[in-house]
Amino acid sequence: MSSTTENHTARHNGIRTVGEPAIVRWLLTAVAMAFLALFLALPLAAVFSQAFEKGWQTYLAALKEPDTLAAVKLTLLTAAVAVPFNLAFGVVASWAIAKFSFPGKNLLITLIDLPFSVSPVISGLIYVLIFGRQGWLGPWLEAHDLKIIFAVPGIILATVFVTFPFIARELIPLMESQGKDEEEAAIVLGASGLQTFFRVTLPNIRWGIIYGVILCNARAMGEFGAVSVVSGHIRGMTNTVPLQVEILYNEYNYTAAFAVASLLALLALVTLVVKSVAEWNVRRQMKSQERG
Amino acid sequence: MKMGKVTTLLAGLLATLGVATAASSAEITLLNVSYDPTRELYSDYNIAFAKYWQKKSGDRVTVKQSHGGAGKQARAVIDGLEADVVTLALAYDIDAIAEKGLIKPGWQKELPHNSSPYTSTIVFLVRKGNPKQVRNWDDLVKPGVSVITPNPKTSGGARWNYLAAWGFALHQKGGNEAKAREFVTKLFKNVPVLDSGARGSTNTFVQRGLGDVLLAWENEAFLAINELGPDKFEIVTPPESILAEPPVTVIDKVVDKRGTRKVAEEYLKYLYSDEGQKIAARHYYRPINAKIPTKLAKIKKFYTIDKDFGGWRSAQKIHFADGGVFDQIVGAGGRK
Repeated sequence: MSSTTENHTARHNGIRTVGEPAIVRWLLTAVAMAFLALFLALPLAAVFSQAFEKGWQTYLAALKEPDTLAAVKLTLLTAAVAVPFNLAFGVVASWAIAKFSFPGKNLLITLIDLPFSVSPVISGLIYVLIFGRQGWLGPWLEAHDLKIIFAVPGIILATVFVTFPFIARELIPLMESQGKDEEEAAIVLGASGLQTFFRVTLPNIRWGIIYGVILCNARAMGEFGAVSVVSGHIRGMTNTVPLQVEILYNEYNYTAAFAVASLLALLALVTLVVKSVAEWNVRRQMKSQERG
Repeated sequence: MKMGKVTTLLAGLLATLGVATAASSAEITLLNVSYDPTRELYSDYNIAFAKYWQKKSGDRVTVKQSHGGAGKQARAVIDGLEADVVTLALAYDIDAIAEKGLIKPGWQKELPHNSSPYTSTIVFLVRKGNPKQVRNWDDLVKPGVSVITPNPKTSGGARWNYLAAWGFALHQKGGNEAKAREFVTKLFKNVPVLDSGARGSTNTFVQRGLGDVLLAWENEAFLAINELGPDKFEIVTPPESILAEPPVTVIDKVVDKRGTRKVAEEYLKYLYSDEGQKIAARHYYRPINAKIPTKLAKIKKFYTIDKDFGGWRSAQKIHFADGGVFDQIVGAGGRK
């Protein structure tokens, strides 16, 4: 390949390039691919090859084991509560932040980001400090025979906290880039607030929502640290899938551990595909907003 | 008062979630909160006990298990994990629960033999053929011998490892506290990584192939060999070691509240029966009933926590508390 053709294609695409020799670019791409293979493809392949090491029968048997099934159920339940909750919160919060100005707006944005900056272990511990037997609400809860931590509600709470920013964080920039012209036009034309939201705002952000939901879901199902702190690790009751993987691994049950881990890997793959589609659509939407 | 209302409301809301999950089972369930190495022991024992109890009382009992580092598990029970019984690595951890008023004082006298139905000890797991010729504790401090043990700050098993080494130095000719300290300092210089728990260390030694010797619970060492290959590892039982007495007790506050005292107490007592002792022996614990056969090698001399260290409370304070001897040793270059 000569450099003239490259310059030509570059000009053709309307992009300015800093005429790097082809070899450098080729090398950079190769290095990137090598890293990708080493850090992503190889571990992924390892998970599946370990999981199927002893054949399909063992793989299925490992997944059908009652404690593992219970862990899968608990993980699904947790995601089924955490994701809709964060969806509702994310839409409401980002709508308020992007379309209105009010005192304390920046504080709200900072607070939404909080779970990103706090270690998951701390996120779990705050619930132990609030709901634990020695915690603020501990005596009250005990008197009323209510269990929050070391039970399902605590796991859900910790998951909700950890996945809190995912949807809001995705929607805020999208909504801000869209501005409020369309909403104002709708109101001027006589639409009510709800009509404006459902007919104008919601269709504009739907790919952003899908993107946020899928990320939120992946994290909700995969969260380890925070859930580990509040779980109590009761087998068949308060272990989620990631905790179950650790338990199986620690019991020298490597095949079963990787079989269960392969479920999470599959989830990651599905997430990746949906995410790419959503991302592409969001970008297209943002671009069309910018143009006009 | 507004704040109070809000908290009540919040708690009430969360409670509805809690009740929905708690009230589903009709048969008796017990929760046994235990430490890491007893997983296999109790999954066997729970089945045996359920059979026994159904024959005796007609009730069906399911025992749920929770495992983890002993210190962490005790903390969870203190924070509200509703254990009917705890079966932990050391009395100190149960004392910590008792201090919070969940267990009546004097719990260790409730059952025979210091409430420890089985004992264990610390042995060496080495690579096949024992290439570094590790036979006794003093071989561990030789230059070039890499020793794997978890961190005594977080792992009950690791505290036994540490105290066993200390006890060994103490019992040598002319042994004293200063010599013991020097010995243990030297030993920890040979430790390349400190994992937080016993299973973590076993995985480091077995899976990652680090180290020449793993200091391990006797039953953990046998389990590792059985699960991962007798062709790769062998066990060296030193002529002297420490006697570990992992105690068991009911959590008075929980069993009284849940009405499970009778079955919980029976669950622990049955550990002392021939059947219970046989199961313990099968999982490489040392049964306290001398009539139950065991394949474990004889140990000539046992050090004990009460005779050699003045009990757990004192050992904990001197060696493992913040700023204690272990911190000083590690600070003094015991570990890079």
